[in-house]
Amino acid sequence: MTLPDIQDVINAIYVVAVLVFILGLRAMSSPATARRGILYAGVAMLLAVLVTFFSPGLSNFALIALGVIVGGLGGFYWARVVKMTAMPQMVAMFNGMGGGSAAAIAAVELLGNLSDPATSGLSMAGAIIGSISIAGSVIAFLKLQGWITSKPIVLPGRQVVNMAVLVLGVAFGGYALYLLNTFWLLPFFVLLLLYGILLTLPIGGADMPVVISLFNALTGIAVGLDGFALVNGPLGDAGYAMVIAGVLVGAAGSLLTVLMARAMNRSISNVFFSAFGATEETGGPVQGQLKPIDAADAAVMMAYASQVVIVPGYGLAVAQGQQKVKELADLLESKGVTVKFAIHPVAGRMPGHMNVLLAEVGVAYDKLYDRDEINAEFPATDVALVIGANDVVNPAAHRPGSPLQGMPILDVEQAKNVIVIKRGQGKGFAGIENDLFYRDNCRMLYGDAQQAVGALVSELKKAS
Amino acid sequence: MAADLWTALFIALLAIFTGYEVISRVPVLLHTPLMSGSNFIHGIVLVGAIVALGLATTPLEQAIGLVAVVMGALNVTGGYVVTERILAMFDRSRPKGGAK
Repeated sequence: MTLPDIQDVINAIYVVAVLVFILGLRAMSSPATARRGILYAGVAMLLAVLVTFFSPGLSNFALIALGVIVGGLGGFYWARVVKMTAMPQMVAMFNGMGGGSAAAIAAVELLGNLSDPATSGLSMAGAIIGSISIAGSVIAFLKLQGWITSKPIVLPGRQVVNMAVLVLGVAFGGYALYLLNTFWLLPFFVLLLLYGILLTLPIGGADMPVVISLFNALTGIAVGLDGFALVNGPLGDAGYAMVIAGVLVGAAGSLLTVLMARAMNRSISNVFFSAFGATEETGGPVQGQLKPIDAADAAVMMAYASQVVIVPGYGLAVAQGQQKVKELADLLESKGVTVKFAIHPVAGRMPGHMNVLLAEVGVAYDKLYDRDEINAEFPATDVALVIGANDVVNPAAHRPGSPLQGMPILDVEQAKNVIVIKRGQGKGFAGIENDLFYRDNCRMLYGDAQQAVGALVSELKKAS
Repeated sequence: MAADLWTALFIALLAIFTGYEVISRVPVLLHTPLMSGSNFIHGIVLVGAIVALGLATTPLEQAIGLVAVVMGALNVTGGYVVTERILAMFDRSRPKGGAK
């Protein structure tokens, strides 16, 4: 009896890993099993990476170990220390890293052997998509992080320029294949990275979840294409694992992108080609003026209400005010007020982001209502407290001609009283004036969400 | 086209349907964790990066291969930790009000 061939052992692990990825993804589609899903997928990934080290014919072990340790520790540390509010941009960043890795693998393959047209073509396709994904994801990260403006950045003639950059970049790649000259890969990569940047710059912050989801799907496809290119090589079996996992994410991610866009009533082409919110509203100036209120009056108004609906938005997440909001809700309930939370599908700029933040401070799930459930309740609500939300409560969405038209919103204007906690008089991510703030039943409570809600809490405590 | 590529194509077709089926009915609440989880799964790119660097011969290939491995490792560990942290928030069994 002979020992099993090492490659057979490695392949068996790859098969198990791929199976667990599929089961893990499935488990992650249901709240009850989601945590188990990522754990199993994590173990499978660890095994797959470890056995790859034993592939016959590998060299450069010191470099590989260095790369794995640097990237692994860096990713672990960075993902650990980042605040929950910054999760969306972290997903964007780590996704971009995957795209960059796929592009770099393709570059190594192309430098090594340009002569086989099928393999080189596949590598090149992986390089194109991976480059767009990393460049776009990094821009998305910078926008969400606030290091560059989250407003759409629109350059004149951008559609033509973008298309020219893409076509020229791909042409350089084709030229490299035609001449079998790797020099032309340099302008190829530069132009495709540029295309990814140009594609993402005009997109506003409100659309970022859809964008990140799409880049996630693209990275999956790039990984799958790299896998195709590798199956012909000396260690082809790793390629099959990449094809399955990559294409799986490509398909699941594409579907997820469509579902997400639908929840926001946006189409993918709209997101990428309309520079949402870049144009100032064309309608006449908003009537009326902003009416401020102080914390004491606002507290009294809520204390005597029978139902208060709290509408949390991104401002709450930024100010880390969720703990104060929980305190406020508890205090109001102790006074016999019914408190409900209205969660817009994209509140906090990522679906589910707000649920996560509120769950973190122990707000019960049955107090969170989604848009369809809560909209019917606003007419019977005494006070709607909007905390750091703007576009998702803008009634302009109901008005034809508004850039927001058709976006599903929370109809807080139908509540008897609306109190809006807001840092200043600025506009939301869409850059559009909010009619709601000028309505007769609306009062503005200026301040950072944490400090303003804190003031409400201490006023309520004083009163009792 | 080599036989291996045809095999990969058959596999890819099945993977497309699998990916579609696995998440075709998912609540909005789970969109973010799912996106993050699938972000982790394409971290399998690290396996390809290790192979690419392991077979690299020239200094330029080694340099780019190293970049691929670092980025792939960032994708894997970062993707895992972020997903785990998001999903931990959904865990009902965790002590009430406790966050850290």
